[in-house]
Amino acid sequence: MSLFLIVALPFFGALLPGIMNSAGRSACFGVTFTVTLSAFVGLLTNLPTVLAGEVVMARVNWMPELGLNFTLMLDGLGFFFAFLILGIGLLIIAYGRQYLSRDDHMGEFFTYLLLFQGAMVGIVLSDNILLLLVFWELTSLASFLLIGYWKHLPEGRQGARMALAVTGMGGLAMIGGMLILGQIVGSYDLSVILQNREAIQADPLYVPALLLILLGCFTKSAQFPFHFWLPHAMAAPTPVSAYLHSATMVKAGIFLMARMWPVLSGTPEWFYIVTTAGLVTMVLGAVIALFKHDLKSLLAFSTVSHLGLITMLLGTGTAFGALAAVFHILNHATFKAALFMSAGIVDHEAHTRDIRRLGGLRHLMPVTFTIATIAALSMAGIPFLNGFLSKEMMLEEAHHTVLFGSHWLVPVMATVGSLFSAAYCFRFIGHTFLGPVRDDYPHKPHDPGAGMWLPPAILVVLVVVIGVAPFLVQDFVFMVTKSVIGEAAELKTKYIKIWHGLVPALYMSIIAVVGGLAMMLVFKPLSKVWETTPRPEAKVIFEAIVEAIVRLAQALTHPLHNGSFTRYAMIGIVAMIAAGYHAWATGTVADPVRELQAAGPVPIAGWAMLVAATGGLVVMHRNRLLALILIGIVGLMVSVGFVYLSAPDLAMTQFTVEVVTIILLLLALNFLPNRTPTESTSLRRVRDAGVAIAAGLATFGLAYHYMLRDTVAASISEYHLANSYKGGGGTNVVNVILVDFRGFDTYGEIIVLGIAALLIYALTETLLGGPVRRRLLNRIPDQARSGDMHPMMMVVLTRVIMPVVLLVGFYIFLRGHNEPGGGFIAGLIVSIAVVMQYMASGFSWASARLKYPYHGVIGAGVLVAGLTGIGSWFVGKPFLTSDFTYVRIPPFHKFELATAALFDLGVFLAVVGAVMLSLESFSRLARRADTEDSVHPMDIDPSRNAAASGSAVDMKEDT
Amino acid sequence: MTHWIIMPIVLPAFLAPFIVLAARYHIGIQRVFSLAGVAALVVLSASLVWQVSDGSVLYYRLSDWAAPFGIVLVGDRLSTMMVLLTSVLALFVLLYAIGSGWDDRGRHFHALFQFQLMGILGAFLTGDLFNLFVFFEVLLIASYGLMIHAGGNERLRAGVQYVLFNLIGSTLFLFALGSIYAETGTLNMADLSNRVAMIGAEETVGIRIAAVLLLLVFAIKAALVPLHFWLPSSYAEAPAPVAALFAIMTKVGAYAIIRVYTMIFPPDLEATMGLHEVWLLPAALVSLAIGMIGVLAARKLDRLVAFSIIGSMGMVMVAISLFDPASIAAALYYIIHSTLAGAVLFLIADLVRTGRGNLDLTPQQPMIGTHMTAGMFFAGAIAMAGLPPLSGFLGKLLVLNASFEADLMVWVWAIVLGSSLVSVVGFARAGSVVFWKAHGTPVGEPVEGTGKPAALSYVAIGGLFALLVAHTVFAGKVHGYTTAIATELFDHKTYMSIVLETPGKLSDYKGGH
Repeated sequence: MSLFLIVALPFFGALLPGIMNSAGRSACFGVTFTVTLSAFVGLLTNLPTVLAGEVVMARVNWMPELGLNFTLMLDGLGFFFAFLILGIGLLIIAYGRQYLSRDDHMGEFFTYLLLFQGAMVGIVLSDNILLLLVFWELTSLASFLLIGYWKHLPEGRQGARMALAVTGMGGLAMIGGMLILGQIVGSYDLSVILQNREAIQADPLYVPALLLILLGCFTKSAQFPFHFWLPHAMAAPTPVSAYLHSATMVKAGIFLMARMWPVLSGTPEWFYIVTTAGLVTMVLGAVIALFKHDLKSLLAFSTVSHLGLITMLLGTGTAFGALAAVFHILNHATFKAALFMSAGIVDHEAHTRDIRRLGGLRHLMPVTFTIATIAALSMAGIPFLNGFLSKEMMLEEAHHTVLFGSHWLVPVMATVGSLFSAAYCFRFIGHTFLGPVRDDYPHKPHDPGAGMWLPPAILVVLVVVIGVAPFLVQDFVFMVTKSVIGEAAELKTKYIKIWHGLVPALYMSIIAVVGGLAMMLVFKPLSKVWETTPRPEAKVIFEAIVEAIVRLAQALTHPLHNGSFTRYAMIGIVAMIAAGYHAWATGTVADPVRELQAAGPVPIAGWAMLVAATGGLVVMHRNRLLALILIGIVGLMVSVGFVYLSAPDLAMTQFTVEVVTIILLLLALNFLPNRTPTESTSLRRVRDAGVAIAAGLATFGLAYHYMLRDTVAASISEYHLANSYKGGGGTNVVNVILVDFRGFDTYGEIIVLGIAALLIYALTETLLGGPVRRRLLNRIPDQARSGDMHPMMMVVLTRVIMPVVLLVGFYIFLRGHNEPGGGFIAGLIVSIAVVMQYMASGFSWASARLKYPYHGVIGAGVLVAGLTGIGSWFVGKPFLTSDFTYVRIPPFHKFELATAALFDLGVFLAVVGAVMLSLESFSRLARRADTEDSVHPMDIDPSRNAAASGSAVDMKEDT
Repeated sequence: MTHWIIMPIVLPAFLAPFIVLAARYHIGIQRVFSLAGVAALVVLSASLVWQVSDGSVLYYRLSDWAAPFGIVLVGDRLSTMMVLLTSVLALFVLLYAIGSGWDDRGRHFHALFQFQLMGILGAFLTGDLFNLFVFFEVLLIASYGLMIHAGGNERLRAGVQYVLFNLIGSTLFLFALGSIYAETGTLNMADLSNRVAMIGAEETVGIRIAAVLLLLVFAIKAALVPLHFWLPSSYAEAPAPVAALFAIMTKVGAYAIIRVYTMIFPPDLEATMGLHEVWLLPAALVSLAIGMIGVLAARKLDRLVAFSIIGSMGMVMVAISLFDPASIAAALYYIIHSTLAGAVLFLIADLVRTGRGNLDLTPQQPMIGTHMTAGMFFAGAIAMAGLPPLSGFLGKLLVLNASFEADLMVWVWAIVLGSSLVSVVGFARAGSVVFWKAHGTPVGEPVEGTGKPAALSYVAIGGLFALLVAHTVFAGKVHGYTTAIATELFDHKTYMSIVLETPGKLSDYKGGH
């Protein structure tokens, strides 16, 4: 079967259990089992090729530029691991079917399991190391889901997060390591990398790459000091533990060390780091395991210990070490999976895994007892079981290993490790199954159905068969070992034998077993000493570290983003000044090319007023009305400045904008308190003043610099001046720029204006729908209101003025193309004319006489402008291309008709609509607050008389 | 001259006023037109991408005036790709807005949505710096309107900060434009590219300051630390579909930086040498760190997502600030990813809000539709944290790979990988408390205002996920394309010649210029 299919099957199959969940538990199990079985059979079809020593390859390009491709490779090592993953996977699935209770969502469980399985198969079949990383991280994610499967258990959630954090960290480190490795070799394909041992080990980046990759391996394979996550992953359902911690997840790190063995091993760095870590882990894990009371915890730490053992073997860098490692991987997978499943059976039947509450189960659960005992004895290293064989080989290798210049360090440590290992195995058997039958089990245990004990039984058969007749698997193990070591070393051993004669390893083995038995005799006092010895509790430390990091993150984030806009703006502006200063300081300056002009008395007067008004604004800004007047002065001076600099269009625009703005702001002020309260400390105000002054000075410097210098080439405005009449048909260049040269900008800007008005409207609507409405209704004006709501003088005046103003607007609009004016200014002028009616006679009166809703006016304006633009498409010209012609209708003079005028009409409408809609929105607020609103053009506030005479009601009725 | 390239701007610019004029009281009609418009936009932009995929450049003279005197639109591979990304995103976001009913919780949603699209698409397509400013204004004011859509005190407050900070940015944009015009006398990007190169070494301060100010303007849009402060509250408080659409808004800043700093101020330009090289990369790294630390620190899911946006923009900026073809290609690949991932997370956060009424990261009773939402959150978190199998991982590899030769390589790697871990822990904690811890919490009365998400909401989110998956599966093709874009950006002869040498109105007229 294609390698792609083997990897893809579990992933695609993962969809099935979820879908089949409602079809029942057996259906759910059935599809999962079938998927795994198919992949397993598919793998086996490749066995002949692999046994022939060939490597099966499959390749599809994914990101060739990056070097990440979907390249798979099946050699001895890959086959070995895939066989374990899928084979044990099958047993676990069968076991899981029986283990999960009716409350557990089986579809979800098997989905996660298949995802995990696929990721594991992906790791071991990857030829591309970046692809391997993909699968590597996927195992972390899938195991996160599996460990946290029982969501209601806090241990499950914490264990899942811990596993994800630790293995995720390792995975990220490994990304770095793998990328460096790929950069050294120039390829991310293992088949290439494995040929470049010398190049890699000679590279200065070898050590960082090694450290990063090992960090990944050690975290995944729970090597000291990253071993702590593994026992907490035991919160998962037992099938998960059995799967993750015998054949799969934790073996991924081991696999990678074996995979990379030919190119990474053999250096002092590798030897010292890997061997030491392995040795420490082996001893530490074994010691802790002995004193664990939870069956699964005991097994978890024993797994840690055995992983250490394998790591140590890989670390020695010899071919024999690799052989022993491979063989132990196989043996450990068989007996450890069986042990976990047995522990699960005990838990399932007795409803406890606490070893102190168990004992005497051999009579009640004879089948389980047999299975567990054989598996445990194998783990202890008792002859004629497979654990013995690989442990002997390990001791043999330890005997020859010199660490830190000492000949005895490794052998002694290995023996101590084996001794504790034997001891916890004996304890597992003795304290669970031997001894008298008790009558206080939480639940009366008995052997489960065959569905549950058969999977471990199959494994135990393997344990015995390999133990008695190692020659059966010998060729296979040799083949796998050869694919591990590649060309890097030569394997001299020819056979795996049970009896080697009276060699040191045998003595060490005997010491370990006898010592283990002896330790059982003194277990009670030993345990007491252990309990009273203070030990660092890894989980507490880990949680404390994470909590500390979270608190640090919060301490960093929340005060920084505290919602104070002044602070945000201050930081932003300081950054701008700093970046600008940096640009200035690193650049070169030449002498100015223009002379400073002399300032006459008029500009100086204007400048002085501008400065005074601005300064006054800073000082008096808390009085809002005063501030508004000062802003008006500033706007007026700017208009005057435009006039002075011969820009009448801008001056007119600025002036009308000022008028409209002030009116709108006055309306807004109506709802605001007269004074802005002081909210900042004086220290902060000094700080802000400093920043503001610095920003002002910087702006001044910038303007000063540019004003004394010329552009690098002639400015495009010269072209505009020259071609305005010829190409745009207008002599007012500003207007031609607005409606023609850069009409598209204007189109955008009227849209901005329109949106702003819509927004004010939408905002008002939302405000009136919310709690603001009540506040408005209950609002009491903080100042006496004018007696004349609609003063007669004003009403009369505005009525008289209105046609005049409209005429002015019309005139301004028409002349725009050639003289100062245009749609924008005209729009503002007309708005002012209408606004005055509102001011004079009130909102209701004015709006009752309104024919067209302002929304529509805005929409129409933008549409007219847009349609003018599209119009030019019909003559094959681009958007907004203008055209003009001169016509003569007697008795008028010859005059110009330009499409730009149509565009300007759009501008005009949009401006009128936008201003009026804003006004309307503000006054809606006012009406809510003050529901008394007259429908008559002029009247007097009735409440004034009501207060005086109490006859307000009559008066109102009379009018 | 065909009018294809202006259609993405004109279409929404007509739809919006039409909706205001004719359909402002009929949400149903608004939806029909809005959706049809966005669907048409997707087709239009796909056709634009197809037209330039061979390396040709689309060009359009507004009002028929030739560059640099009039405004031009230019569609090359980069801008059309961004246009397509925006339209596709807008389609799914709009589906969600309609499905969830967000569009009916305030006034003028669809009109503002269309205007917003017009602003974004215009910003991508324009070849004129001042016109870019205009489109920035359009998208800013429209986005403010969308942001405060449906009101509420917190939202209005955040909206004020948003618009104020961005108005500072607009002011700065004007300063920068003034500076650039004072130095060069032109505003067309291609023309600027020529004229800036003419500036001699004897006086560089003017153009240097102009270049930096402009960069800061775009950095504000791109939420680069320390100019990012406007983002967390506003994105967190914005209505979910709006926040999802905003995922593209930060990219407008990134786009503008890529465009302007490869074409006008390319990295090998003498006059602006040693400017942003000094601080841009560190700032990007700090953004990445601050963003992901914020993910870990967040107490609410929406803020968590908002900070992850800052972080992922940091990642984009890290790649951009290396300014070579490989890193720009990586940045563009990551931009697509980050847009989709950010959007999908905001929508998923809204599913949580729909299901349980609030987004506090505290254990509460299980929400409605928890399995589906949890699964989606898991996938979205994987995408954002840059874990396999989704495209974030590939983007991260590309960025790391591109930074191998950089001076700050160790820092880049340490922060990129370290921040990933921080975000993984952050997302895991958040997901654990929202989805898992709920199973240990007693079930009480259903919270008022909660309900089952609409089917259309799932369709929208599923569609975005499908895009993410496609972005992963076809990563080779996409990255090949972004590499072609990057190459084109650093060798922009075609762009320049088309923009500056195509004649327009009066081009045969010799008077004046």
